[in-house]
Amino acid sequence: MRRLHSFNGGAHPAEHKAESTARPIAAAPLVPLYVVPLRQHIGTPALPLVRAGDRVLRGQAIGQAEGYVSASVHAPTSGRVVAVEMRPVAHPSGLADLCVVIEADGEDRAIDLQPLDWRGMEPSHLRNLIRDLGLVGLGGAVFPSFIKLNPGEAGRVETLILNGAECEPWITSDDLLMRERAREILKGAEIMQAMLHAGEVVIGIEDNKPEAIAAMQAAVREMGLGYEVAVVPTRYPSGGAKQLTYLLTGRETPSRGHAVEVGVQVFNVGTAYGLHHALAEGRPLISRVVTVTGHVASPQNFEVRLGTPIEDLIRAAGGELEGATGEIIGGPMMGFDLQDRAAPVTKAVNCVIVKDAQRFPPPPAPRACIRCGECARACPARLQPFELYWYARARDFGKTQLFSLFDCIECGCCSHVCPSHISLVDFFRYAKSEIWAREREKEAADAARRRHEFHVWRLEREKQEKAERLARKAVAQVKEAEAAPVDAEAARKKAILQAAIERAKQAREGVTPRNVDHLTPEQQHQVEEADARRARLHAGAEDQKETENQP
Amino acid sequence: MTGAPFSLGPRNSTPRVMLKVLAALVPGIVAHYWFFGPGIVVSLLLTSLAAVGFEAFVLLMRNQPVRLHLTDGSALVTAWLLALSLPTLAPWWLYVAGSFFAIVVAKHLYGGLGQNVFNPAMVGYAALIVSFPLYMTQWPAPLELAVHAPGWADAFDLVFAGQGALSPDAYTSATPLDSLKTQILAGRTVEAVLGQPIYGLLGGVGGEWVALAFLAGGAALLAMRLTTWHIPLAFLAAVALSAGALHLIDPARHAGPLFHLMTGGVMLGAFFIATDPVTASTTPLGKLVYAGGAGLLTVVIRTWGGFPDGVAFAVLLMNMCVPFIDDYTQPRVFGKTARLRRRAP
Repeated sequence: MRRLHSFNGGAHPAEHKAESTARPIAAAPLVPLYVVPLRQHIGTPALPLVRAGDRVLRGQAIGQAEGYVSASVHAPTSGRVVAVEMRPVAHPSGLADLCVVIEADGEDRAIDLQPLDWRGMEPSHLRNLIRDLGLVGLGGAVFPSFIKLNPGEAGRVETLILNGAECEPWITSDDLLMRERAREILKGAEIMQAMLHAGEVVIGIEDNKPEAIAAMQAAVREMGLGYEVAVVPTRYPSGGAKQLTYLLTGRETPSRGHAVEVGVQVFNVGTAYGLHHALAEGRPLISRVVTVTGHVASPQNFEVRLGTPIEDLIRAAGGELEGATGEIIGGPMMGFDLQDRAAPVTKAVNCVIVKDAQRFPPPPAPRACIRCGECARACPARLQPFELYWYARARDFGKTQLFSLFDCIECGCCSHVCPSHISLVDFFRYAKSEIWAREREKEAADAARRRHEFHVWRLEREKQEKAERLARKAVAQVKEAEAAPVDAEAARKKAILQAAIERAKQAREGVTPRNVDHLTPEQQHQVEEADARRARLHAGAEDQKETENQP
Repeated sequence: MTGAPFSLGPRNSTPRVMLKVLAALVPGIVAHYWFFGPGIVVSLLLTSLAAVGFEAFVLLMRNQPVRLHLTDGSALVTAWLLALSLPTLAPWWLYVAGSFFAIVVAKHLYGGLGQNVFNPAMVGYAALIVSFPLYMTQWPAPLELAVHAPGWADAFDLVFAGQGALSPDAYTSATPLDSLKTQILAGRTVEAVLGQPIYGLLGGVGGEWVALAFLAGGAALLAMRLTTWHIPLAFLAAVALSAGALHLIDPARHAGPLFHLMTGGVMLGAFFIATDPVTASTTPLGKLVYAGGAGLLTVVIRTWGGFPDGVAFAVLLMNMCVPFIDDYTQPRVFGKTARLRRRAP
């Protein structure tokens, strides 16, 4: 039996898992229109491979991975591309993103799928294939899997962890997947183990999922694998990669580092399942299991084609009930409010919760922070959230960084336990975005300063070159005069005079008759802006003149 | 708009925290009533009314939502702690003045709940003991030892009409701490003094039971997870260890640890005053340093200071050190190697 290591704090939010576990995973019905975003992963969006009017088949690549951190995107069914355009997507910002819109033809014809003999493959070739098959982490972070399947310089990892903890309330997609498709998950894990040369494989599951634990244990036994099914206590956020790593190995993932640095790699069980299907059938990632729960007629898990509009998915679960007040994408602890129900299911969407006023009441008015420290006791990152809150509120962002703001995983435990109902995580998200914005501004200012310095340097160089040219010319004239025998004396005098004139001229040019010699970058910036304004005004005046001259 | 986490139903709330603290004070109040008479009820009523009145007034002046802040219950907690620190049967304006210093000066002039540096109740106490030392040393005697045990009518009379009817000698006596200090200065030994009737079994007749009742209330606070063990334990341990060390060095001049634990404001201070989260240190290690310092200073002030009890000044002095202590005792963040964090240059 593995010795478990308890992380600090955590929370026990009401689980609400039973609502959606009563029914098996169902295939979501085919819908008339799919909206497939080209950015369904962390990193660079995929490049569109199709145009409006193209016909596509199920599994056909419609977006090519671009740059290193990226993954390809595929058509969920056969049909016609009606547009490649900006559409609302499921994102906290509510902003639109580039999507391939496919009108399904109802035939659902697939490309010719070929099983891949991954065992004989060269590792980097295999990783590229996995990237082209669109595999990303399905636990919510959607990091391209091929990058994590590289054992790195060490050549191996000690422990491969399959994350089946699923600690967020309401969500049961991993639970049902483990109950129903344990063997396929383990086959995916075998691929991962081989690619990473992992010494051991541990499957971490919270103890509130006895059926999933039993199914996984049975599958491990039947398949004769030496994997360990480790049962961890139900305590949010045990499914956080860093927390599960610590629970199972006692190793702390370094701040702002990765688990692989301590010899561990963590994958969601859904990712292993997807990897198995990708390689055993050559089938790209075009669907995932999504929990639809909350205030709907029949909460259930669905195998959903990526690109299915969320409103169609809610309809598949019997539709929302009377008194629904909106939707949460993800779980209640880390999810976000959906802005537009036309937004599609992506690789990142593991759950849709339809809210009602009773179970998701509006938050009570916040009161003053009394520094009671409940948040610090609940923080799995061992931060002092009330200090962070204090400094974030005061916009003292330097201090927030000193208090390790960027080690906050935004799990929401602090807000959950706060007796003054302060939405602490909102303050931390705000502070992070402000710091990022300032860093961008600083980079832009640095670039402007470099441009300006180059500009000044270039002007200086031109002036110098001009002066040298003139000096050479003067010398040449003197020599010429000396060479002329006639009236040498007059020529010499003339040359001296000429040289003096040149010197005076140079001196005039050399002295800049302005007070702009030693400016700070800000002042210089202002001067440039003023110049630009003047130029614009001037141009405007010219324009006006022209218009006036017209009859 | 607020983001995740989304509200998940009934939770703890600040008003509920304050109510629980008030409830945990009730055993001590009952014991006080039992051993010292109804005076405590009068002073509790007065400080409560004054504190809530001042709180509402300042909130109005500061343009703050009065109902939201008044219902957090923090003013009542301050009022009760102040009343339990002051002598009963003192003139009414003493309680009002103490409440003024606690609520207006110590709390709202620093920005209101959560922003104050010093414990409000202790600021009220300190202001009074410096300004009105005479009233602050006239403590009613335990009923069983008093010449005249004041009843309800006497209590209201003394507080609101002054001391015309009853001479202070009839119902007051020096506190155990006070009389021990003066008698030791007069050359008597601790052993001889502690044999006198007011010293009771553990520290003082009545007072020792009040202290035990606060200990019970404090245990309830711990059981309700309203405070962690760090501050009460460090405070009591520091008092016991420093008093014990002095007692070992010179038993004739220094009372033992049990006497110090059971007299004055030590029990109230350890569980209810030093633990005020706003003004206390917040890191686990910092709490030990802060409360340990307060306990040590309590004994130092009792032994060598000019005041009979030292809890209030000890807590206030340590309040001053809290930002510094917190800064140097930050817990090691998950995934980081260094524990200490230096202040930014």
